[in-house]
This record gives sequence, structure tokens and C-alpha cells, in this order.
Amino acid sequence: MKKAEKNSMHIRIQRSEGWSGLSLRELWAYRDLFWILAWRDVKLRYKQTALGVTWVILQPVLTSGIFAVVFGVLANLPSDDSPYLLFAFAGTLPWTLFAQSLQRAGSSLVSGRELISKIYFPRLILPIASSFSVLVDFFVGLASMSVLLLIYRAPLSWNIFALPGFVLVNLLISIGVSFWISAFSVYYRDFIYALPFLAQAWMYASPVAYSSSIVPAQWRALYALNPMVGVIEGFRWSLLGLGEFSWLSFAISLVVSIVVFAMGALVFRRIERSFADVI
Amino acid sequence: MENLAIHIDDISKVYRIDAATGMAASRTLQDEITDFVRKPWRRGAASIWKQEVWALRNVSFDIHQGEVIGLIGRNGAGKSTLLKILSRITEPTSGKIDLFGRVGSLLEVGTGFHTELTGRENIYLSGAVLGMRKAEIDRKFDRIVEFSGVEQYIDTPVKRYSSGMGVRLAFAVAAHLEPEILLVDEVLAVGDAAFQKKSLGKMSEVAESGRTVVFVSHNMGAIKNLCTRVVLLDVGQVVADGDGDSVVQQYLLTASEKGEWRTNISERTDRKGNGVIRFTGFELRSPKGDVVDAAIAGEAIDFVLYYQREDASNQTTTIMLWVRDAFTKGLLRFGTDLTRQDFLDLPEKGEIICHVPRFPFKAGRYYVDLGANINGIIKADRVVRAAILDVVDGDYYGSGKTPSHPNDGDFLCDHTWRLSRES
Repeated sequence: MKKAEKNSMHIRIQRSEGWSGLSLRELWAYRDLFWILAWRDVKLRYKQTALGVTWVILQPVLTSGIFAVVFGVLANLPSDDSPYLLFAFAGTLPWTLFAQSLQRAGSSLVSGRELISKIYFPRLILPIASSFSVLVDFFVGLASMSVLLLIYRAPLSWNIFALPGFVLVNLLISIGVSFWISAFSVYYRDFIYALPFLAQAWMYASPVAYSSSIVPAQWRALYALNPMVGVIEGFRWSLLGLGEFSWLSFAISLVVSIVVFAMGALVFRRIERSFADVI
Repeated sequence: MENLAIHIDDISKVYRIDAATGMAASRTLQDEITDFVRKPWRRGAASIWKQEVWALRNVSFDIHQGEVIGLIGRNGAGKSTLLKILSRITEPTSGKIDLFGRVGSLLEVGTGFHTELTGRENIYLSGAVLGMRKAEIDRKFDRIVEFSGVEQYIDTPVKRYSSGMGVRLAFAVAAHLEPEILLVDEVLAVGDAAFQKKSLGKMSEVAESGRTVVFVSHNMGAIKNLCTRVVLLDVGQVVADGDGDSVVQQYLLTASEKGEWRTNISERTDRKGNGVIRFTGFELRSPKGDVVDAAIAGEAIDFVLYYQREDASNQTTTIMLWVRDAFTKGLLRFGTDLTRQDFLDLPEKGEIICHVPRFPFKAGRYYVDLGANINGIIKADRVVRAAILDVVDGDYYGSGKTPSHPNDGDFLCDHTWRLSRES
């Protein structure tokens, strides 16, 4: 057997055993496909909704408004001396990025079925691209947040410069959980029906509509095992300058995020081999 | 000997399918939970339902650079599975393959196309999906648009294109993929005759440019014209490997083992369409209602199409039936759209009969494709080569005579002769 000399590329195809790495090099090689898929998702969403950007603005505002009325006015929960609407909005913003990522990721592989069964590419691209496409909505929401801050004449602090860091962790945990969800939804078609309940339960386990200060102090560390806790507290701290920033709960959330992300990616890589066979 | 492009070494692929449904084994959370509740101590209790199917078994052969290989075989022979393994869509169960060179695969025209997006956007999307870098698409953009011939509509959403335009654009993108190894599956089966000719032209261009091509098709004419070597697969194994003429000949002989062909249509997975309607069976019946093996030239025959549908909402259903020759050339189409007899309210399952008063084919072996559309345009089901249609000689003209020379054509047609009066 004489090997081809002029071809620099050699691909070996065989059954892969056990765990495989993330093959970041390959992901990098497919970065154009990733951007185009993310761009496609954004484009389609804004093309298909009649209300387009209006809806993207209204949704978090209305949600926060409802939280402000139900939790702030009716239940009279504390909002750490900040207007409840602002307080709820600063929680809704990261939460929406997370929840939307989950929802899109859940369908990203199944709706990308045609691609998966016809074309080879690193499958991780699909859930990552769908999380990234949600970022556009997120930035629209962030713009609405700035407008609200202006309206309420809320004072800004230096804390705001930490926001990009929290956004990154927000994205990290969103993508990490998306890996799990998208892989599961290929294997269990009915998983998609369980998803809204999961998202709802997770929301009440996170300080979206209420302040984490109502959680008893001895439970805080346990509470922070939910990585969205650290992220949402971080958003409130950097946008509204609220209270003492709890490094402990943020550190716990960050570690959990990284673990969920890394394990999700590995599990995904392990079972993606048979996606084309079962999808 | 030329340089090696693909080295296939003892490849096998096993699929697990659900014995009950015949589908790829997939689970629901509900199954998992009920299994757990019933037998919490036994893991994987459902495995008894799963059957193993060998799509490929110990396949080995080498392909050299510049070779154009045709992969042929009956439905389920393993051709498409091999192509999927070569394009890394699915993994082999055992064995290994070495590929030397950049691989491009074209398993379908228009993969990744989205009808809401414009032609321009789709070129980028589809190009990236096929493995092109953005810079490469930028560079080839003008050529792609020119090849497709849809310049004027390039900024129009593809949903407003005619289906021909969409296919042309999709193929134009694919045709500008320049891999060293090109894997092609049955793409030539789409489009009209002119388009097929154009894509065949492009294929032979690729073949002549010295690239390695692996080509799966049912179109024996195309296989013979394009391929320097043909590999015949049957039940997952290589049964013949050689020059086009002899292997195609062998295929046509084995394909005539009729019993093998009579697969249950409901088990076919290589079908297209949204599945609202599924054909589940096909048979021939004499006017008396007996199931028969063959139609008789010149006599009445009923085609019986068994189907199931998902919901019986009142949509118009168009049923179509194509008769093709062994080279997949379309000879005749029957259709409820042609006779204006589209069905309005099809029950959830049943049989549809297409009655032909005088069957107009000469004796021979033909193949039937089945199709169903909803509301005229939505493809619900397409089964290519759903069944064999054998025709035996009859007394079409009532004269005891039948054209018998091979060059006399396939069709019979009522006609009379007379001498025109002198004017």
C-alpha cells in the first residue's frame, strides 16, 4: 500500500471507544459554519415574528412588570432598596438568556436533523450556535435595561465593569446545560415536553423574581450550587450596585458552571457518535 | 499503481432496530420510567425488543486517486450506509477506513437550504454546510450565481422560487465544492431531464479533472457512463467489483430475483416526504379481483396502493404512480391530478385503486415509484422503486401480433390504417 504523498490530509475513520476529547481544533476549523448557523437563527427569528424586535423588548419588560406586581406589591417581598421593576429586570435578563438557550438547544439537534443525517461537522456547533443566537435578544434586553436605569435615574457604580464577566459566566452555564438538554432530546423525544417544567422549577429555584436575601443564611452555600444564583446576584450587583457581593456564592456557582459545561461537552461528545443513527 | 485515496478495511455496521416498529431503536423518557417502575432491578429491559441488522458486513476495498467508483445494489444493500460512514456521518461498528485528501460529500441537493432566506443567504449557508470557508464562498460567489441562472432572484427568498430554480441554485453551490474526494448519493435523481443532463455534465467534468468520486445511484445509465469501476453490494457485502458493463449486467440479473424485491413498502426508510400519508403496500389485481404477478399487455389491470394517513382532516390528496425502466428513466406517470380525481377525504387507512383499461406496455420488467402530495404541493410520501411491475405478452391488437424486435419500443397504442382518398 502506497500512501498518497501530495495529500497532506489523512482521516482515519473507525469506531471510537470511551471518552473523546473536545477536539477544539476541529471546532475552530468549522467556525464559519458556526457563525453562519447562529446568524441564520437570528435572521429567521426576526424575519418570522411579525412583531420582530418589539416582542423581544416587550417580553422581559412585561415579565419583570408582572414580577414587580406579584412579588413586590402583592407579596411585598424585599428588593434590597431598589425599585422592584429594576430589581426584577436585572434578574430576568440573565434568566431569559439561560431559559431561551435551553429551549432552543432542546430543539437545535432535532430541527437540525437534516444536517446531522446528511453532513459531517462537529455536532457541538448546533447547541453552541443556538445559545449564541439568543445573545442578540440578550443585548436588546440590555439596551432596554439601560433605558429603564435612565428613567429611574438609578446611580451607576464601578461595579458595572464587572458585567461582561457575569455575561460570560451566564453564557457558559447556558451552553453547558444546553449540551445536556440537546443530547437528551435526541435520545428521548419526549424530553422536550419535560423541558418547560424543568425550566419553571429552575426559575423558582433562582432569585429571578425574588431576592436571594430571603434565603436563610445557613442555606446560601447550598443555594449557590444552582449556578444561576451567582450569575443573577452578579447582575444585580453590577447593574444596580446592590448590597455586598457574595464572593462565596459566586465562586460556588462559577465552579458548578465549569463542571456542568465540561461534563456536558464530554457526555455530548460521547453520545454524538450515534446521533445520525437515532435522530 | 496510482496513489491510494480511500482504503476500506473490513468495515461492518450494525443497526439496532425495534422489532415491533421496524424503526431505529429510540426511547422515550416515558418508556424509561415505566421500565423502571416495572422492573427496577433490571437495567435495559427493553433490549429484548431490539433486533440487530447488519447494514454492512466485512466490506474491504481500495479506491485510487482519480477513480470514479459507482456503488450499486438493491435498496438496503448498504450503499448509502457505506457512503454515510465515508462521510463520517455515522461510525462503523468495526473496521477502519483511511481517507487521503479533503473529502466533500453531497448526499442530497440543498442540504441546509432554508426557504425563508434569500438565494444569496442560502448560498452562504449551504456552502458552509458543505464545508466551504466563507472566504472560499466569497471567491466563488459570482460563478455559483452564474451557473445557477437565477441572478435576477438572488435577493428573493427561496420560498418564492419555483422548485426547479431552488434545485438549480442548490446544485450550483454543490458543484463548486472542490474536494479531492467527492462522495455523491443519488443527487441526479432530482430535477427535470435538462437539469439531470447538466448535473451529469458537471459530474463527468469532476471525474475528468482527476478527482476521486464515489457515486451511488440507481440510474444504471449514469453509472455506466461515468464510472471507471463499479462495486456491487448485496445485503451488506461486496458481491462484484469490476468494469461498468459487466457489473451492471450482473446487478440487473440478480435484481430480477423477484422474491427478494418484494420488500414490504411500509418498512422502507429511504422515503421522502412529511409522512402525513405513507404507502404501506402495492399489488396488482386482475379485473376479477385476484392478486396477480404480472400485468398482461392490452388487458385491464388494477394497481392497488395500500396507505395509512396520520390525520383525516379534509385536505386534498394527490396520488401518483410512475412506471420506470431499469435505468430509472420515467416511461409513464399516472396521477389523480391528471384525471382531476384528487381525493378529498381519505380515511385513515385503506386501499386506492388505479384502473388501467388496456395496459399499454410490451412484455418486460418495469419498476414503480409511488408518490402522494397534500394540497397539491406538499410532498407527503415518495417511494422510489416501490415495486416491480412485470408485464407479459398479450394480444393487444386483437390480431395475435406483437412487435417483437428490441428496437420496436416499449409501448403499445391503438391505431388503424387506411388509404387516404385521392384529392
